[in-house]
Amino acid sequence: MRPGPRGDDLSLKSARPVLLACALVIAAAVAAVAVTRSGMRSATAAGDGFVLSDRCPPSFELMAGGTCELRDLYQFYDSLQDRGVGGTRTSLPQHRDGFRPEQIDLGRYLFFDPILSGDSTLSCGSCHRPDRGFADGKPRSIGIHGQDAGRAAPTLWNVAFLQSFFWDARVSSLEAQAQGPLFSPLEMGNEPARLLRSLNSNSSYRRLFRQAFPGGGDAITAAEVYMALAAFQTTLVSLNSRYDRYAHGYAAALTDREIAGLNVFRSFVARCAECHTPPLFTNGQVAVIGAPEPVGHPFDAGAERTFHAAKLRGGFKVPTLRNIARTAPYMHSGAFDTLRETVEFYNKGRGNAVPPGETLYLHWHISSPDLTAAEVGLLVDFLQTLTDETFMPEIPRRVPSGLPPLDNPRGIRS
Amino acid sequence: MSKIAKVVLAIAALVAVFAGGAYLGRASKSDMVITSSAGGAEYAGGFKAEGEAAEKVKAAATAGSLKSVAGPPGPHSVVVKDGESILQAVKNAEPGTTIRVMPGTYSETVYIDKDNIRIIGVIEAGRRPVLDGKKQLNDAILYSGNNFVVENLEIRNYKGNGVMGQAGNNFEIRNNVIVDTGVYGIFPQLGQNGVVEHNVVSRIADAAIYIGMSDNVHVAHNEVFDSVAGIEIENSRHAIVENNYVHDNTGGLLAFVTPGLPIKTTQDVIFRHNFVVDNNTKNFGAPGSTVAGIPSGTGILVMAADDVVIEGNLVSNNKVAGIIVTDHGHAANITVDPESEPNSDRVRLLDNVMLNNGYETIPEGKALLLAEGKGGKNLDIIRVGPSPGSCIVNRHQYVTAGVGDFGECDFTHTANVSTYLLPPVPPRKIDISERGKVAFLGICSGCHIYNGRMIGPPVQVIQALYLDNPQGLADYIAQPVKKRPDYPEMPPQDYLDPETRLAVAKYMLAVKN
Repeated sequence: MRPGPRGDDLSLKSARPVLLACALVIAAAVAAVAVTRSGMRSATAAGDGFVLSDRCPPSFELMAGGTCELRDLYQFYDSLQDRGVGGTRTSLPQHRDGFRPEQIDLGRYLFFDPILSGDSTLSCGSCHRPDRGFADGKPRSIGIHGQDAGRAAPTLWNVAFLQSFFWDARVSSLEAQAQGPLFSPLEMGNEPARLLRSLNSNSSYRRLFRQAFPGGGDAITAAEVYMALAAFQTTLVSLNSRYDRYAHGYAAALTDREIAGLNVFRSFVARCAECHTPPLFTNGQVAVIGAPEPVGHPFDAGAERTFHAAKLRGGFKVPTLRNIARTAPYMHSGAFDTLRETVEFYNKGRGNAVPPGETLYLHWHISSPDLTAAEVGLLVDFLQTLTDETFMPEIPRRVPSGLPPLDNPRGIRS
Repeated sequence: MSKIAKVVLAIAALVAVFAGGAYLGRASKSDMVITSSAGGAEYAGGFKAEGEAAEKVKAAATAGSLKSVAGPPGPHSVVVKDGESILQAVKNAEPGTTIRVMPGTYSETVYIDKDNIRIIGVIEAGRRPVLDGKKQLNDAILYSGNNFVVENLEIRNYKGNGVMGQAGNNFEIRNNVIVDTGVYGIFPQLGQNGVVEHNVVSRIADAAIYIGMSDNVHVAHNEVFDSVAGIEIENSRHAIVENNYVHDNTGGLLAFVTPGLPIKTTQDVIFRHNFVVDNNTKNFGAPGSTVAGIPSGTGILVMAADDVVIEGNLVSNNKVAGIIVTDHGHAANITVDPESEPNSDRVRLLDNVMLNNGYETIPEGKALLLAEGKGGKNLDIIRVGPSPGSCIVNRHQYVTAGVGDFGECDFTHTANVSTYLLPPVPPRKIDISERGKVAFLGICSGCHIYNGRMIGPPVQVIQALYLDNPQGLADYIAQPVKKRPDYPEMPPQDYLDPETRLAVAKYMLAVKN
């Protein structure tokens, strides 16, 4: 083992200001970065320079069996029926962890490698951009050949704690989720056979997969690809916001205004916390809220199809609000540009945006709260306290395909 | 819109089946089973505390302190006088503080995000401290701390809730007068082990007392009236609701499963020895709310809840029915949820006194009675939708519809079940060294690794500096100063309590890789 500068990682923090404490600082230090976020590299570096970290990412403990397990302060608490919903000091929902460090690091390379898309122009990171809260800043994602993918890219922060995936809750694992965008003709536009062909014809990937999955066969399998992607995504943990400090008992972490916003948030007038329930700020359920589509965009039946249930027409999974200030625009197809507009939608009254001719079974907590303008402002203030990107992973400077790691034909990367 | 209106439609469909003759034979059976509840078999089901908790419950029963779930009062005490702020007292309070509130008027929202706080009103010659929301404030009392007690307050004119809990365990909500506080009067949610007793709650637009997604709850000796729902047990388990006076609401006692919530079941509920009378108030629930569908005139309503025992209640003058048992399949006002089991399984109807109910029931109820050969009678008990494993004692005493396939119950009383409460649920025990490790990994590891440079210096370097001085390191992380020109300044970690900071320091100094 040898520590040392590898030069294959670019610290994202060096390139842009980040809100949080650890991150504020790096610009000064970047020239001297010796060991990267991903830790030490193993000694098996081949001529191509790609090696997988044998160290767990921040917030993970390396266990005797060689796997990484999450440690966070919410593990000091319980929750009713172990469902991970409640109030300030409540444990989180059950989560995925237990991946090997090498699998996590391999997933990081794959995540940012455009080789995963049908025409090698898009990586996962194209629509789940680290600098945009792992969303993409667009109303709806733009897929292969510039197509409108139909729905907004959700944040990937804290996906380890989710039990269902996609806006319409149609799959129940990250591995199953990965196959959606990979093989959607509107998104990454690949095909399973072509994906495996391109990875297996890359000697670096063949070597890295064998390192990450030592029990596997000679050829890279689809299951290994999905698992590595899942492994990386489960390390995107955001639980050190100022709200969290308040929740753990440090009252001064929030200003009086922000606490007033928290109280509006959890009051039974606004009822935000009934679905965006702490500590994850989602209860993981599907809700029909009657949010509008952007002008000219067709009505989206959402979870009606998933569950074959007319009552869930227009229903979508309740998204987490963690890092919500980083992921504008909002709602499933980006109807609102700002948090204030989004909050105001709820305040305009039950059913205010249901299209003529649609009959929706609106969720019972969609009411007409009649919040004052001041209360709307307090809510927006409170939502800013849920930002934490302390454990931001590094974007690899190079990926094994040799393609630019974050697809960036439009010059997005700052 | 109305769930029960849709129940009604479904009943109409059932009537069509019954009219076909499939049911008439059973409805007219003549073998009468008369059961004496005196000295009958006791309830073998229900929640039973185990191990140490069971012994503590037994000891508490002997000592008469069964309902002290929040533990003994702490060592600190303060007094809040008229003109002062209860919230300020809470903010200043150490955990373990009793805040005595003198009579007066307090217009504020009091939130409690710390453990072991008791807010106790002082009643002087009938004068209580009044929390007045003036129809401008949302909630009066909002708690997320454990071991919370609130007593002797008068709360009125709020828009959201009188007392709302989010995940606090071991709560006691006692002897409060709550009037017109918006959606709910008393609403503990996502908590375990709580008592709601001796409260008087009225003029509430949803449930006067709403136990939502909570376990091990005791609701007793309350008066609830002039509200849409009296007492509602929703997506909760192990609840005893006894000796309450539930009158002049739209619906009296409710045990529901609402689909689409993260906690999926309502199970093991005992409704016993309550007065459930005159619940004929016009429904003034908000459009779209679950209770907006309750027909005015409902005594007791069970929807999709399992193992509900209804015993010894005096149920009178509820014009639609004394007891309605139904399922999600007959409720159109609520969403669907594949994870919610829709039927009311194992409803046990023991002896109840039923007087003059169902005298103005819904037309379809009349039709169902007619189909069972009971036309023109006043409906006491109606069941629609599957209710497997249910039973009824002395069915001949009541006018019933749809309970023909209920069996005889194998018990007649629950006198052996005194409480589902527990001794104070202890917080999860965390070894202090574990606390240090978790805090290091959960926070510090974003900047420090053992033997390499990240954002901050390596742990090895820190170990060399502080090897025998964990307290010095703990003090430093609370108030760091810039030490190294080539490293950024460390942000203060003063939000961690001193014990955790010391634990982190010890962990960092001991770690080997």
